[in-house]
Amino acid sequence: MTQLAKKRPEFRNINALTDLPSYRLPAAGIVSILHRISGLIMFLLLPLIVWMFDTSVSSEISFAKFSAAFNVGLGFVPAVLVKVVVLGLIWAYLHHLIAGVRHVYMDVCHAVTKEFGKSSAIATLVLSLGLTAALGAKLFGLY
Amino acid sequence: MSVNYGSKRVVVGAHYGLRDWLAQRVTGVLMVLFTLAVLGQVLLTSGDISYDKWAGIFSSQFMKALTFSVFIALAIHVWVGVRDIWMDYVKPVGLRLVLQVFTLVWLLSCLGWAIQVLWRL
Repeated sequence: MTQLAKKRPEFRNINALTDLPSYRLPAAGIVSILHRISGLIMFLLLPLIVWMFDTSVSSEISFAKFSAAFNVGLGFVPAVLVKVVVLGLIWAYLHHLIAGVRHVYMDVCHAVTKEFGKSSAIATLVLSLGLTAALGAKLFGLY
Repeated sequence: MSVNYGSKRVVVGAHYGLRDWLAQRVTGVLMVLFTLAVLGQVLLTSGDISYDKWAGIFSSQFMKALTFSVFIALAIHVWVGVRDIWMDYVKPVGLRLVLQVFTLVWLLSCLGWAIQVLWRL
């Protein structure tokens, strides 16, 4: 017989809607939950990502269709909505990548101090939001 | 640290997790390298990125092999991550099983489609 894990205490008095919004998360906590949210967003939009890969590389005609999605829209979806969704994907990708690199760095270098956790979390947020703003401006044709 | 090997292993839901933990990091690093490889080629392109230039990035045998590996890596990475989300937040076993099966079907469908696109190039 394998030994059973000890019964762990359960806390079921946290209400997701009334309690969680009032929690003050540290920067590292914000990066952590956004890592999860950005991952889930990309998972759910995976068919869109593969569709973009398909139309952009398959042929000249499909490439034109891909470009048109951003210029005149896609079926009943207006171009601006396509751009907003893609911008969301850009943010999700950047945040997930930078937060992931932070994770691997912490694992490899045993960088687990409270100070490093905070400063690297803030750097992650600044970098990912900054790059998203820069690429978003390009996407919406501001430069 | 208490030693707990062999026949005294504690039964847990999805093994001890080291394999998944490591797989998630290795696949993540591979995807970062792929991102840099694609980004580098896009940035080195002079002028507007036409269809020929864009498709050309993925049509070399090296990039095809790398892209194929990255698709597989992505599927493994996402499976570990999304399964973690279900294990953390979804307690009813039946619903969790349904969501896990949905995740696998969703992932494998996208994976098959992406490989099909790559193979046509």
